[in-house]
Amino acid sequence: MNVSKEEVIHMANLASLNLTENEIEKYTKDMEEIIAFANTIKNVNTENINESIIANETYNVFRKDEVKEFEDKEALLKNASKNENGMFHIPKVI
Amino acid sequence: MELCELTVHELEEKLNKKEINLKDIVKSYEQRIREKEPEVQAFVSINEDAQKQVEQGKTGIPIGIKDNICTKGIKTTCSSKMLENFVSPYDATVMEKLQNHVILGKLNMDEFAMGASTEYSAFKKTHNPWNLSKVPGGSSGGSAAAVSADMVPWALGSDTGGSIRQPSSFCGVVGLKPTYGLVSRYGLVAFASSLDQIGPITKDVTDCAILLNKIAGYDEKDSTSIKIQPKDYTKNLQKGVKELKIGIPKEYFGEGINNEVREAILQVAKKYEQMGAIIEECNVATTNYALATYYIIACAEASSNLGRFDGIRYGYRAEHCNNIKELYRNSRSEGFGQEVKRRIILGTYVLSSGYYDAYYKKAQKVRTQVKQEFKRLFEKYDLLLTPTSPTVAFNIGTKSNNPLEMYLADICTVSINIAGLPAISIPCGLDKDGMPIGFQLIGNSFSEEKLLYTAYAYEKEENFREKYKPQFKNDKT
Repeated sequence: MNVSKEEVIHMANLASLNLTENEIEKYTKDMEEIIAFANTIKNVNTENINESIIANETYNVFRKDEVKEFEDKEALLKNASKNENGMFHIPKVI
Repeated sequence: MELCELTVHELEEKLNKKEINLKDIVKSYEQRIREKEPEVQAFVSINEDAQKQVEQGKTGIPIGIKDNICTKGIKTTCSSKMLENFVSPYDATVMEKLQNHVILGKLNMDEFAMGASTEYSAFKKTHNPWNLSKVPGGSSGGSAAAVSADMVPWALGSDTGGSIRQPSSFCGVVGLKPTYGLVSRYGLVAFASSLDQIGPITKDVTDCAILLNKIAGYDEKDSTSIKIQPKDYTKNLQKGVKELKIGIPKEYFGEGINNEVREAILQVAKKYEQMGAIIEECNVATTNYALATYYIIACAEASSNLGRFDGIRYGYRAEHCNNIKELYRNSRSEGFGQEVKRRIILGTYVLSSGYYDAYYKKAQKVRTQVKQEFKRLFEKYDLLLTPTSPTVAFNIGTKSNNPLEMYLADICTVSINIAGLPAISIPCGLDKDGMPIGFQLIGNSFSEEKLLYTAYAYEKEENFREKYKPQFKNDKT
């Protein structure tokens, strides 16, 4: 099966990535090879087999939904490239 | 012999006898880093205050940490431009457990742990201490190279599809990927959450057991961590392998496995037989499609996990953007490297409507089969013995432009992550060019103790560390 350039552009859009012309070319070629390889699993008979989403048997681990204060607000804000008056700064959205 | 050449348990012995103090140890390592770092390039950041921290009361043997494990107040970059300036406001759970230990530095890796050679680091290429023109493996290449070059006494790595074991094999050191859920992932920057696990990279098996003792244990902050009785993994190291049943899966010795590697691993099997173990050939039929399954699951999870990088709360933020959507897109496009973008696109593809059933859902079903097959095997065998990697370390630059070829480097290790099992890589010799070969022991869930005493028995018999030392060979000169 071939992976088209349009599909690669669509996936990049879904993942919020801009691609250059060169990247589109390169990724389309890479994806074709990788997907052809991934197709090996199509030959596996998985009739009546359930999916495993995780390696161990943990299932629905619950905890109380309690707020825990994080003291060091400054350390949190420091990692944002732009912040103002103790808030994250973003471009205008409305 | 310099202090930095000793193992952690040897250092601890000297400390206990008061022959040396912790400052001597730190000094020796600082000196070694100054000497070797220009050639090896294992560190993303070096702690300049190590001596001071000993004076302030730290008493544990210093350690190196892979740069995707959050360390409060010290940069955690994931070797990515995206997190170049990120300083974690909190410690990962494993770092809380190691808070008594001086961190010598943060170690280089493939960007966001995606790679098998550490060439995908956004900052530098790490060189293999045995031959500087070769890769150290990856993604924990900085950790394995630093341990091998005696620049840190021991290190933490992380393993999603082989990222502890394969570089340990390439660099001639010991690396353990614990059972999924044994070590808390809280504070490990997520790549593929259902596969990731933190583990030790050390000079020998005893050190590996000591470090596992320190980091293992249930953590309420990681909902996938498991409540089990804590164990002392050093206690039974000398148990021996008599009557132990070890399976040799044929699929791990077929096409694509280098001859010298194959021969070396078969020699290991012979040695175990001489020591009293029972060796038997077996089959792991799912091996042939485990790699495809792995890349589908890992990339799908990565594409979701890396969605959090939006340029706002932390991470790289693009300069020019007119609106919020552009801010997301430009920050992500400029902040992520080529391999990370490739995997995000691949992951988005296998999760997208139209392909979800054929790839992601199908891979999850194959995952069940992989788990079931190992379960059946461990009803019959105590452990399985395989190569850790199909080849020894390859030359820098030979695979970095061919993603599929790079993915094949993980062929012997990915099944273990898919099934959540523990596995350890142990050095067992050198090839004709003097590059280390490693073998892998795979165990049933939570059989770390058995893995460690079986590895220990071989190590005592073979004495790899006494026979061989990294040569820092430089082919170019």
